[in-house]
Amino acid sequence: MSGAAQPTANGQAEPAASPAANPAASGPANPMASGSKNAARANDQAHENTRRSTVNRLSADHVTLGYDQRVIAEKLSVEIPDNSFTVIVGPNACGKSTLLRALSRMLKPSEGRVLLDGQVIQSMPAKKVARTLGLLPQSSIAPDGITVGDLVGRGRYPHQGLLRQWSAEDERVVQESMASTGVAGLADRYVDELSGGQRQRVWIAMALAQQTPLLLLDEPTTYLDIQHQIDVLDLCAELHETQGRTLVAVLHDLNHAARYATHLIALRGGEVVAEGAPTDIVTADLVEEVFGLRCQVIDDPETGTPLVVPAARRARARATASATAKEGS
Amino acid sequence: MTTPRIRPAGAQRVPASPARRVRAVRTVGGLSVRFDIRTFAVVVLLLVAAATASVVLIGTGDFPIPAGDVLKTLVGDGSASQEFIVNDLRLPRVLVGLLVGASLGLGGALFQSISRNPLGSPDVLGLGQGSTAGALIMIVLYSGSATEVALGALVGGLVTGLAIYLLAWKRGVHGYRLVLVGIGVSSIVTAVNGYLLTKADIVDAARAVVWMTGSLNGRDWAQVWPLLIMCAVLVPLVLGNARGLRMMEMGDDVSYALGVSVERTRLLLMVAAVLLTAGATAAAGPVGFVALTAPQLARRLTRSPGPNLVPSMCMGATLLVVADWASQRAFGADQLPVGVVTGVLGGVYLLWLLVTERKAGRI
Repeated sequence: MSGAAQPTANGQAEPAASPAANPAASGPANPMASGSKNAARANDQAHENTRRSTVNRLSADHVTLGYDQRVIAEKLSVEIPDNSFTVIVGPNACGKSTLLRALSRMLKPSEGRVLLDGQVIQSMPAKKVARTLGLLPQSSIAPDGITVGDLVGRGRYPHQGLLRQWSAEDERVVQESMASTGVAGLADRYVDELSGGQRQRVWIAMALAQQTPLLLLDEPTTYLDIQHQIDVLDLCAELHETQGRTLVAVLHDLNHAARYATHLIALRGGEVVAEGAPTDIVTADLVEEVFGLRCQVIDDPETGTPLVVPAARRARARATASATAKEGS
Repeated sequence: MTTPRIRPAGAQRVPASPARRVRAVRTVGGLSVRFDIRTFAVVVLLLVAAATASVVLIGTGDFPIPAGDVLKTLVGDGSASQEFIVNDLRLPRVLVGLLVGASLGLGGALFQSISRNPLGSPDVLGLGQGSTAGALIMIVLYSGSATEVALGALVGGLVTGLAIYLLAWKRGVHGYRLVLVGIGVSSIVTAVNGYLLTKADIVDAARAVVWMTGSLNGRDWAQVWPLLIMCAVLVPLVLGNARGLRMMEMGDDVSYALGVSVERTRLLLMVAAVLLTAGATAAAGPVGFVALTAPQLARRLTRSPGPNLVPSMCMGATLLVVADWASQRAFGADQLPVGVVTGVLGGVYLLWLLVTERKAGRI
């Protein structure tokens, strides 16, 4: 599905998109190298995997995910199209955050593998991954008494070392990240003093300072009011459009997802139900299948993207009653 | 790039509040070191304070020596009697004090940073009690020598540390989980200690009680060397991993995302912290509350976020030497074990901490 939608090879798109020097954008060289390693393995499977991983930088390949004994998803395969703003949606406990954790190597799949630039992500050095793939997790703690500038500066960690603690480049990138998220004016403020919306912008700035071509966001709009939700999503869309970063976000609000995503992945019970451009895949049937909710899908009057309008309570009650009657008979 | 606020154009300035100035020193070869000016000043001041207190402490005792003579003797220019008193009697005691204080300060800072909780310090977690149990077993059951008691304390501390780790570390650490498990372990070990004491005859019991208070009396070079070697190995190891620890304050997920090997760093630093604490306790007994207060006081002086490892270490050393001086001088002819002084000061501080933390809504 993604082959046609990906006219740009990542080797071309990356340097043009992110202005800063990007040591991690090793481009197509790596997938080829690991491809030859894989060739030693079972032939046709290796071929398929190599082909897949040269197309896109990040993918999950038949991963089984779970915590302890509880399996959340089995043999799940997902491709993140390069330069897309991919949004993962699905009902609660469908495994969307789990999938994101696996994609960001936070959770090790019990089977299958997550590939980043053609390499199994767990086998790569931690700092190298951190220069390629950033994550904005749901749970993050601002240390006591830390200023905005200092927190954003911590995003430079994977680019630093014991004797390379704060280069001029670090300085510049931090300033840029704060400017592009609109928190430059807050640089000297303490993070504890900020509002929820501002704070989320600061964390996004920190993830940006990491300068990764890929950025994963786990429910970036949770706990924000509607204005700040839109604000954060606008910011994401802008980062995607102007800086050419590949964004992957888990979102709760289907309408936000349909409006902002260029690529939508709908999950239910640990399985991909549908994926593609929101205009192509969001239909009343899909919403009912994924969320179990009867609804109409109309055109968003502002953007023309699909807008999900849940059916009225009575209509839904009638539908449930008739369904139960059918089952009973 | 263009920030709304006007800032001095110096390329080496980084954004910081007026109270905090961070400077980066860069070499031509692309190397750079970053330090906080206030933290640097605090460390220098603490070192000066520790050195001054040490000199005063060396001059203090039944045979007082003026500070000038102490310094002269230290550089090898004193009279024979002064040389004996300074180099053989009092200097090792002061050095043990400095090293024990530094180890406790650093161990405490590590624990508090890893548990992200000011209460997550070795005192509260029962490491001191564990060391005490080890020492009591040697004293009461085997009437062991001083070295055997120290070894027993070391092993007791390490075993307690391991027990806490195993009980609290299922799938990463959670601050309160660690503190609660520590309190549980602590009370079990305290009960064991009480049992051992009741079993002891009066001579052993007296010896045990003195040990349990924490004292620097009669410490000599035999205690200095092992402590010095331990610090020489562990301090660089810890400081080398300090940057990862700084990131871990923001939560495991963020630090994973930034490329910190969270589990490895945490295990390594935990082991280092337990070793530092147990080693210090083996040398001087469970000197209470230094590990709890030193990092907090250091943090209040530097006003800097982060684990504040070096300032905590210097603060611990200063605190212990000053407390030792106070325990010898403040109460007339009666010399108290240093643990009594740190215990009183630390206890007051703990109460204050609990009250303010409660006001801040964190407890």
